[in-house]
Amino acid sequence: MRRAVILAVVAALGAGLLAGCAKDSDEPANSASKAGGGGKGSTTLTVGVFGAFGLKEAGLYDEYMKLNKNIVIKQTSIERNENYYPQLLTHLGSGSGLADIQAVEVNNIAEITATQAGKLVDLGKADGVQKDAFLPWKLAQATTKDGRTIALGTDIGPQGICYRKDLFAKAGLPTDREAVGKLWAGDWNKYLDAGEQFKAKAPKGTAFVDSASGVMEAITGSNENRFYDKDGKVVYKTNPSVKQAWDIAAAFATEGLTGKLQQFTPAWDQGYANGTFATVSCPAWMLGYIQDKAGAAGKDKWDVAAAPRPSNWGGSFLTVPDAGRNKAEAAKLAAWLTAPEQQAKLFAKRGSFPSARAAYSLPAVSGAKHAYFAGAPIGQIFSKAAEGVPVQIIGPKDLIIAQNLADIGMLQVDQKGRSPKEGWDAAVKAIDNALDQ
Amino acid sequence: MRGSSGRPPTEHSTTPETAVPSPGEEGAAPPRVQVSSAAEERRRARRSRRYRLDVKWSPYAFVMPFFVFFMAFGLFPLLYTGWASLHRVELTAPTDMEWVGLRNFSRLLEDEFFWNALKNTVTIGLISTVPQLLMALGIAHLLNYRLRGSMFFRVAALTPYATSVAAATLVFVLLFGRDYGMINWALGLVGFDNIDWQNGEWTSQLAVSTIVIWRWTGYNALIYLAAMQAIPKDLYESAALDGASRRQQFIHVTIPSLRPTILFTCVVSTIGATQLFGEPLLFNGGAGATGGADHQFQTLGLYLYEQGWVNLHLGRASAIAWAMFLILLVIGAVNWLLARRLSKSA
Repeated sequence: MRRAVILAVVAALGAGLLAGCAKDSDEPANSASKAGGGGKGSTTLTVGVFGAFGLKEAGLYDEYMKLNKNIVIKQTSIERNENYYPQLLTHLGSGSGLADIQAVEVNNIAEITATQAGKLVDLGKADGVQKDAFLPWKLAQATTKDGRTIALGTDIGPQGICYRKDLFAKAGLPTDREAVGKLWAGDWNKYLDAGEQFKAKAPKGTAFVDSASGVMEAITGSNENRFYDKDGKVVYKTNPSVKQAWDIAAAFATEGLTGKLQQFTPAWDQGYANGTFATVSCPAWMLGYIQDKAGAAGKDKWDVAAAPRPSNWGGSFLTVPDAGRNKAEAAKLAAWLTAPEQQAKLFAKRGSFPSARAAYSLPAVSGAKHAYFAGAPIGQIFSKAAEGVPVQIIGPKDLIIAQNLADIGMLQVDQKGRSPKEGWDAAVKAIDNALDQ
Repeated sequence: MRGSSGRPPTEHSTTPETAVPSPGEEGAAPPRVQVSSAAEERRRARRSRRYRLDVKWSPYAFVMPFFVFFMAFGLFPLLYTGWASLHRVELTAPTDMEWVGLRNFSRLLEDEFFWNALKNTVTIGLISTVPQLLMALGIAHLLNYRLRGSMFFRVAALTPYATSVAAATLVFVLLFGRDYGMINWALGLVGFDNIDWQNGEWTSQLAVSTIVIWRWTGYNALIYLAAMQAIPKDLYESAALDGASRRQQFIHVTIPSLRPTILFTCVVSTIGATQLFGEPLLFNGGAGATGGADHQFQTLGLYLYEQGWVNLHLGRASAIAWAMFLILLVIGAVNWLLARRLSKSA
């Protein structure tokens, strides 16, 4: 008798645990409708994001919950997009484990639009979505060939150049942001020239720019054509605009104008803290990062000027997976979060620049000044940059191509002193290996 | 505890079952006794059958949970990975599988990134495992002495192992920093130039090995220590009587007695080194699975991760996983042969 009980327990335990595992992956989707608690028809919406996305930090969830008493919003965040994105793909593939709203990074949006559109709600037809409010190209990036809009844009990354006034003064360069902008207006080669000027009288132990890869990223972001052509063919190898970006960035490295740093590494952060480089190409979302890493010591030393040419780096989207339980409510929330008013608030609080053009005329954007950056009128600087950003052709493997160009090719030139040709060949080899199916 | 119950319970408890029927009962109703004994017989047969079944099958039930889990999380993934390695599968559409036969494996033969990763794995494995085990032996020998606060030192030896690899690696990244790292600072005091630890081939592999050594030395030392304490004391005593010094005792008594343990740690460390992943991944700061600008410290584990989760080629990643598995099998076989020869010669 006792043994039978033990057997049963063992069997039940095993089965229960297995079932538990199976159930786990369904949980987020299921719990969405029920776990809200309260018992009076309240709905829990889950939002899956990567990094410090800003929606929560800017208080937008709290505001929405106040406006809609029956809604509870919960956010799950995974620190890095490179961990978040594969998981999102597996969850979309199995149709489980998905949050009601899932964020997507701009470098992944082409792949998502091309391969996962069938698993996402068409937000173009959802309630409360103001399609006209968005920059047309932002909307187009998330629209399939048959006209379904599967994601709504949150921010974009129009760029300026952040620079240190104290280092500029010591090197005999102008420090006023208008004058600095004029120094290189219209041509990335002038940015290189300014670097040469800086180097001639630079304070010891400082470089003009943090990294060659950052320069390359900025220049490719100012070109309409990058890695793919209009027909979706990979053309980065022969594209003159990529070649030009590569050559100029490589020149920064070979002329010794860089701090030989790799972006988003601890050493890069230390560079900010110790003020070892004078400029960095600076999408709107980078301002907060600089403020964090350069700390109180850098206040009023940093400023923002216009980039040589309008350029875009980064930005995100919100999608609503079909497998979610509260698609209608989730779509409503996504529409609200990406509406011009909310994007303006996000910019004011977090510096994420709106992808809704209608937001630019709102005072929260047009009048925005950044106290840390010597009161720079960032609203105007970035609005102007955003208006000038070319409509870029984006492709499914943009992220992989950009990553290998920067972290393999340009890094070899910058940090290992390889020739630009050697660096390029190494990057091409790595990209061929990565894209080859 | 002892003697608290006051009365030995064993004698009473067995009596009812073995009690012989009283003479009066036996004579009064013989048939009833016969019926009851037949029933008893059946019951006994049933009980013994159940007992036999029990003895036969209970152990299986007890080990079942492990095997259920092993099948769900060990065997099934292994087989599924094998199946996937014969297909072209992308993470964007994991259910679309296109049969390609052994293509994923044959292309590994000409994949220079794979060979580079294999080479790095071997070199990092060697320069981390060999010093690590030697140091562990030495530390275990020291810990084996009668010394004050030995418990403290034993626990201290194990703390690196208990530290999360992510936290440890981040600290090491800062220590090995090019511009503001403490190691370069210390080297600078003796007049060396700043070394770019992350970008040099040897320097980066050395740095990664350092993290591995730091993490696992104490762990292996404790395994050795446990084995050392099982060595009979009289061996040392007679060696001492013969005039052997501490060092000679270590070489001629301790090491031979530890031979099976050393072999075990070699096998486990080799498996660990082959699967090395976290340390090189985190050593690369923001760049992820590339293992440095020149792939100079990209291990097999990193390359597998890059193919599967960055480039999204599940089929190719599965092939790498199976190649790693096969490599481990070969290493295991070599180890087994070595062990056999060693035990024969001993």
